Amino acid sequence: MWFMAPAFAILLVFFFLPTLFNFVYAFTDWSGFKSAIRPVGLDNFTDLASNGTLFRSLRVTVVYAVLVALFQNAFGFGLAVLLERDTWLNRVARVFFLIPVLMSALAVGYIFQALLKPTGGLNRLLGIDYAWLGDTTWTVVVVALIHAWKWMGLSMLIYLAGLKTVPEDIVEAAHIDGASRWRTFWAVRFPLLAPAITFNVATALLGSMNGFDIAQATTGGGPARTTEILNIFIYRTFGQGLFAQATTMSLVLFLLVALMAFPVIYVLRKREEIL
Amino acid sequence: MTPVVPDRRGVSDAPVWRRLQPVVTFVLVVLSIGIPLWLVLVTAAKSRGEALTPDLSLPTEWHLLENLRQVWGDGEVLRASLGSLLVVVPSVIGVLLFGSMAAWILARRATRLNAVLYALAISGIVLPPAVVTVVLLLRQLGLAGSAVGMIGVYMGIYMSTVIFFVTGFVRTIPTSLEEAAQLDGASPMRVFWLVVLPLLRPVLATATILVCLYVWNDVFYAFFVIGGRLDTLPLNLFRVASAGLYLNNWHLIFAYVILMSLPLVVVFAVAQRKIISGITSGAVK
Repeated sequence: MWFMAPAFAILLVFFFLPTLFNFVYAFTDWSGFKSAIRPVGLDNFTDLASNGTLFRSLRVTVVYAVLVALFQNAFGFGLAVLLERDTWLNRVARVFFLIPVLMSALAVGYIFQALLKPTGGLNRLLGIDYAWLGDTTWTVVVVALIHAWKWMGLSMLIYLAGLKTVPEDIVEAAHIDGASRWRTFWAVRFPLLAPAITFNVATALLGSMNGFDIAQATTGGGPARTTEILNIFIYRTFGQGLFAQATTMSLVLFLLVALMAFPVIYVLRKREEIL
Repeated sequence: MTPVVPDRRGVSDAPVWRRLQPVVTFVLVVLSIGIPLWLVLVTAAKSRGEALTPDLSLPTEWHLLENLRQVWGDGEVLRASLGSLLVVVPSVIGVLLFGSMAAWILARRATRLNAVLYALAISGIVLPPAVVTVVLLLRQLGLAGSAVGMIGVYMGIYMSTVIFFVTGFVRTIPTSLEEAAQLDGASPMRVFWLVVLPLLRPVLATATILVCLYVWNDVFYAFFVIGGRLDTLPLNLFRVASAGLYLNNWHLIFAYVILMSLPLVVVFAVAQRKIISGITSGAVK
């Protein structure tokens, strides 16, 4: 039994206790400007809600997470189907698509900041001068695309592994029954990818809701805070010494993930069982 | 056109696509991966003036080594690398060792208490760590800003992932070896160390890769826990790139990116096949 002690001691001290603290300090006026910490009830929440920060950050985070999940899975799936055969060219291509996965997300952010500057490489290439990272409506989509670009190699690997698990005789049987290639793919092989889809959607959602590096390195939350996901807000307010506000948002993120991730995983799992 | 033998057309592709696929693949790699990497390389090789507005043109003169040397010198890369190693190595070893010890018991003893403990242990995969209050806790423990505190936080964050992967794996290996060792009078510690741990090699390789990848590249948690006290590579990059020192000095930022990515790229080049099979094996079951 004592074999479990170190792991659970670490989990308790460095994971569960801080989480518990979240539920306490979100209701205090803890800050870097004074030593006393007093309970203030729901003041932090009402403050954040009344100046619109709470709902904007929540909306941005959810939009960002959904976009990343969509893009990352679309790219990963497309790449897996494209590179399914084990030719040497495909092997090399797979390695290339894995490079961004290995790179630091911060570095990826800087690369795209340079590439997407109004005077940067992409506009030079296309001959336009669009401010990719300065549009209050579309920049969140651009940042989500960058996030998906970084992680699409991982999704690709998972989908490739999923495609390999589909038994060949099933595919053959479908063909003998007169199904076209197109139909065989969508009606037979695609549904059998359900476990891979569960894993990829869940990790993409979790990864982007906990995201920070890419958005920070490309836009820093701008323009006009339209890409300010929760972790960027937490980082910023923590730096300003407003610890209670940062804690409150941290609690909001915790609740958001708990509310969003568990039902999503549950639904995806259910779908796996039906098939 | 009379079909004689049912061929495997269900999986094989149309001839047009066969011819087209390599072209599409090549173009896609060049456009989506080639361009960003090219930008890093040429910008890192430019002089300060040329790199002010980074673009895809070749540098008029190659300054790559010079820039790398400058970053190495005043970017304090060496100190930051040591900081990174100081945090990453103990975190990874600790989380793997303690995680697999717990996972072994959780997988072997199917009591109701263990089921609850397992659910608790893996909840961290989904739930985000409380990054602000962990700083407060570390302060109360006297570990604020220390490597020990950082290591603890990383272990706390990734313990769930390790327990999840290893428990799943232990359940697939037969108990007979352990029982034989036990009958021979080996203590649980010896059974774990000499029998179980070697069997776990494949899953531990996967977990090592994943945890290394996350911890080596992490900047968010490091900022809260050790920001300003201890430097790691990403933290240092973040500091120099956002502070005045490197502002708009894209050649130095990208020289730093190259230096920082090299270790992982080398590791990847050496163990590519293992890493790929490792990452995928745990996910699709």
